[in-house]
Amino acid sequence: MVLTTTEFDTIAAISTPPGEGGISIVRISGEEALDVAKKIYRGKSLDKVASNTINYGHIIDPSTGQEIDEVMLSVMRAPHTYTKEDIIEINCHGGIVATNRILQLVISNGARMAEPGEFTKRAFLNGRIDLSQSEAVMDLIEAKTDRSMKAAINQLDGNLSHLIKHLRKDILDVLAQVEVNIDYPEYDDVETMTSKLLREKATDVHKRIVQLLQTAKQGKILRDGLATSIIGRPNVGKSSLLNHLLHEDKAIVTDVPGTTRDVLEEYANVQGVPLKLVDTAGIRDTTDKVEKIGVDRSRKAIASADLILLVLNASEELTDEDRQLIKATNGKQRIVVLNKTDLPIKLKLNEIKQLTHADHIISTSAIKSDGLKELEKLISKMFFDEGISSSQNDVMVTNARHIGLLNQAKQALEDVIKGLDTGMPVDLVQIDMTRCWDLLGEITGDSYQDELIDQLFSQFCLGK
Amino acid sequence: MKSLRVSDVKQKYRGKNYDVIVVGAGHAGCEAALAAARMGNKTLILTINLDMVAFMPCNPSVGGPAKGTVVREVDALGGEMGRNIDKTYIQMRMLNTGKGPAVQALRAQADKHAYHAEMKHTLENEPNLTLRQAIVDSLIVEDGLCKGVVTNTGAKYFAKAVVIAAGTAARGKIIIGELMYASGPNNSQPAEKLSGNLEELGFDLERFKTGTPPRVDGTTIDYSKAEEQPGDATPHHFSFESSDKNYLSVKDQLSCWLTYTNETTHKIIRENLDRAPMFTGVIEGVGPRYCPSIEDKIVRFADKSRHQLFLEPEGRKTEEWYVDGLSTSMPEEVQQKMLHTVAGLENAEMMRPGYAIEYDVVAPYQLKPTLETKIVRNLFTAGQTNGTSGYEEAAGQGIIAGINAGRRALGKGPFVLKRNEAYIGVMIDDLVTKGTKEPYRLLTSRAEYRLLLRTDNADMRLTEKGHELGLISDDRYAKFLDKKRAIDSEIQRLNQIRIKPSDAVNQFVEAHGDKPLKDGVLASVFLRRPYVNYQTLLQFIAAPDAPLDRHVVEQVEIQTKYAGYIAKAEASVEKMKRMEAKRIPDRIDYQAIDGIATEARQKLQKIHPETLAQASRISGVNPADIAILSVYIQQGKIAKLKKSV
Ligand SMILES: Cc1cc2nc3c(=O)[nH]c(=O)nc-3n(C[C@H](O)[C@H](O)[C@H](O)COP(=O)(O)OP(=O)(O)OC[C@H]3O[C@@H](n4cnc5c(N)ncnc54)[C@H](O)[C@@H]3O)c2cc1C
Ligand SMILES: Nc1nc2c(ncn2[C@@H]2O[C@H](COP(=O)(O)OP(=O)(O)O)[C@@H](O)[C@H]2O)c(=O)[nH]1
Repeated sequence: MVLTTTEFDTIAAISTPPGEGGISIVRISGEEALDVAKKIYRGKSLDKVASNTINYGHIIDPSTGQEIDEVMLSVMRAPHTYTKEDIIEINCHGGIVATNRILQLVISNGARMAEPGEFTKRAFLNGRIDLSQSEAVMDLIEAKTDRSMKAAINQLDGNLSHLIKHLRKDILDVLAQVEVNIDYPEYDDVETMTSKLLREKATDVHKRIVQLLQTAKQGKILRDGLATSIIGRPNVGKSSLLNHLLHEDKAIVTDVPGTTRDVLEEYANVQGVPLKLVDTAGIRDTTDKVEKIGVDRSRKAIASADLILLVLNASEELTDEDRQLIKATNGKQRIVVLNKTDLPIKLKLNEIKQLTHADHIISTSAIKSDGLKELEKLISKMFFDEGISSSQNDVMVTNARHIGLLNQAKQALEDVIKGLDTGMPVDLVQIDMTRCWDLLGEITGDSYQDELIDQLFSQFCLGK
Repeated sequence: MKSLRVSDVKQKYRGKNYDVIVVGAGHAGCEAALAAARMGNKTLILTINLDMVAFMPCNPSVGGPAKGTVVREVDALGGEMGRNIDKTYIQMRMLNTGKGPAVQALRAQADKHAYHAEMKHTLENEPNLTLRQAIVDSLIVEDGLCKGVVTNTGAKYFAKAVVIAAGTAARGKIIIGELMYASGPNNSQPAEKLSGNLEELGFDLERFKTGTPPRVDGTTIDYSKAEEQPGDATPHHFSFESSDKNYLSVKDQLSCWLTYTNETTHKIIRENLDRAPMFTGVIEGVGPRYCPSIEDKIVRFADKSRHQLFLEPEGRKTEEWYVDGLSTSMPEEVQQKMLHTVAGLENAEMMRPGYAIEYDVVAPYQLKPTLETKIVRNLFTAGQTNGTSGYEEAAGQGIIAGINAGRRALGKGPFVLKRNEAYIGVMIDDLVTKGTKEPYRLLTSRAEYRLLLRTDNADMRLTEKGHELGLISDDRYAKFLDKKRAIDSEIQRLNQIRIKPSDAVNQFVEAHGDKPLKDGVLASVFLRRPYVNYQTLLQFIAAPDAPLDRHVVEQVEIQTKYAGYIAKAEASVEKMKRMEAKRIPDRIDYQAIDGIATEARQKLQKIHPETLAQASRISGVNPADIAILSVYIQQGKIAKLKKSV
């Protein structure tokens, strides 16, 4: 019952090239691309529109009917597409939050999150790209091998993994009992898994998954962005960094600090990580320097942030204020940004290392755009590979894939309950229960059928 | 250099030539030989003792969950097991009737002696088949091709294909307490040499173990202390060809009886554990977890105060009873003591002690899905030889090996059943893809598409194939097509008839606590309601032109009621089929592929899967490995191993 047939799944991902603010694209490829889109799109009938046309409409959440975003949706029919499969591209305007929400909708309505390089891999497998290009594909996939090994374990926050293993164990007990009733009907000393009992178990697991989805930190992050605070003394280059992250000249940088903008939160898409930059007004609002930029004022921003970018001016020696800020951010997820490295360096790296307990340190020059790519990469790596730990909840789902899987698992349980409602026998309904178990196993990376058989023989005393 | 023993024949002679030779007339061998012969091959079946053809060394029963479905699958392919048990059963029961259609299971108690005699008679009467008593000592193999066999009497028989179905006889060893001696099942002669020859040919053998309970004298059982378990009154058959009019009434069937072990039984076992070969280390073979011996159960499940025991008759013309649940290799005197603690068996006389048996197995990763071995061409293996356990598992492999050996002899291509087509397909794929660390038994939970692999539709799934193979007669095929047409046309009819919200309908609906109908509803949709079956449906709609056979009604009901689940399962089969279609070239050199994880590489190299789907089922091969492999195959730059000689 391992879900091995991933080759022909319909896949989806956000395919906006990093650095292009504003519009982002959710791309779906595969046989069911059109079906998935139809479920969440309100506009012209997609069956009727011609290939390679762009259509205006809205994305709605079919479960609530809520409108998510106003979009342009293009339909490209196989085989004249990049992957040689049907492709749907949804151009979203609502920024990173709406885009993520759309991706999640796409995933809970039948598509699967694409692996890195998977669109290209399909293009290749379907004979679209030639051999020389395929080497690059190979590299991509190989990079993935390493990553997925680690990722299966590391992307998972320990608490979540623990919770899911627990859920799976409970489901497995149920499955084993159903199986035992089927394979050893003559044994009367095994409790029979009745519809009533199965409904109780399914409802219980369902409740726990719903809770998980609600409290899942990453779910919150993908919805709301990763709360990020840029901290530092005046003039160290915070606004300049912010502008770079936002990829547009929203903030005005002058030699005279003090341009005010009436924005409290802004969003940036940093290599797929949605950053919610908190208190950007504070960064920009320097009218009352002493009060607003002092440590006290930063405290609040620090407390509510999941990630701190602490900016220091590398061309000056460390000040007391810097030290205070370092101290105030100790123990948080933090990146120390040594800015203005284009100027002669006066900061002592060793001292910083010592003070910050060798945190992530990165050197940049906002003015020359040096080190900024590295900064973005580091953020993405911390997020995806290390799993930025959460300040508010003790459980965290680390990416859209997991959320998608959890949503599907939830759906499978709803199918169990629906089946029981319509009087289906336990052993049939159990198919959906098994599916739920497999889906959860995909999160922890241990869908493995023999587990069930092992469980059968260790839990029950069977045989002639 | 091998030294000859005095008993070895010096003089070899040449016997006749055949198309197919089958070694062993157990449950696998009989099916293999019959299939090959019926396809038009001149076939020879050799077996150690003609009085043990299709012998049941253990449970005198056929069928049960998954296994019963296999019997029907064998039947739909034109095999013999279903017909044979329908002729010789002494009790028939449908199990799991309270559950869904996917898991209902037919089980029969067999008259063990009649079962053997009937099968032997069938072999004798098969025109293309010769049955002969002989022990095969070695194979004739030249240039990696199997060309025949040599027997202990010195006969050399040549053939285009050979099937080995040696069961538990290969270097068999019986163990009872401290006693251990070379023997096949039930004190039969073991096959001492064939395994050695297989090793010389390069096969990797493993040593497995199984066991059987004592038999007691039925005239000494006190049945009043046990609970009776009679057979079913409703007729059931394994074979499509059997008819209801021959079904035995309940009083003509024999009952089984249920009783239990108790604390005293367990105490005796515990006190004698130091004499149990399972724990003293005498037994080296790996035993099955699903058929643990009683001593094993008592150690592993120490908190259980009793275990079920079923007393099963071994036949009509014998008073021997099989004590199901008490498999043991304890010393004989301990066995007798154990028996006497059980309610109903206080005065029972033991007729044969239980025993454990160890035997050689060909590790099944060395086989292709056709059951041909990878190292020796034209050599096939089947049944317990491949690490399975059970008569049905043996028969299922036997027929596939026989078909493929027969087709090879006829110069035709391979025949393989897929996981979505039959339990037989699941079993063989499991064996050749994952291997097995213990005697393999089929369980419904091994099948991912069990809703499609039902007992009731085995004929629908496989009769077509059986007919194409030339194993199903035109007459039976015509009957099958009639059935199929009747089902299809009735389903179609139900999809067209509308049930109006009449008073009668609404009264009925409300009586079952449902809301009354407002609009008309399709008969097929109405049938999906849990409280509606085909018969009740006929109260509200016109009956079909001719009354339907009960097997047709069964299909109409199942296919309508569970349509949603069936469609879901079929959708996932479609996906799997596309992976199955991606073939991996022969002799691919996995060492030459970068990026595959080491464990996956080793497994792939060992198993040499034939399709990407098969590769993906190997434990330890991850999706990323499959991705790399598929890109690699697509590139067409296949590094191949040199052909081994
Ligand atoms: C003690 C015991 C306990 C068992 N317990 C169980 C159980 O609990 N559950 C279960 O499902 N199954 C059990 N089985 C297994 C079941 O009996 C077998 O799986 C089934 O009979 C296998 O069928 P087969 O055709 O592969 O082999 P067999 O029925 O063993 O037939 C093999 C035949 O090949 C012949 N043969 C072997 N070697 C040669 C040779 N070199 N030359 C010529 N002829 C040869 C033998 O004489 C025999 O007739 C048990 C078997 C035994 C012996
Ligand atoms: N030389 C140099 N100047 C910089 C760099 N980053 C920012 N500046 C300048 O430093 C001044 C203050 O920058 P600003 O981003 O407003 O700092 P903030 O007060 O921390 O937000 C501006 O004049 C910037 O042009 C840098 O990397 N190198």
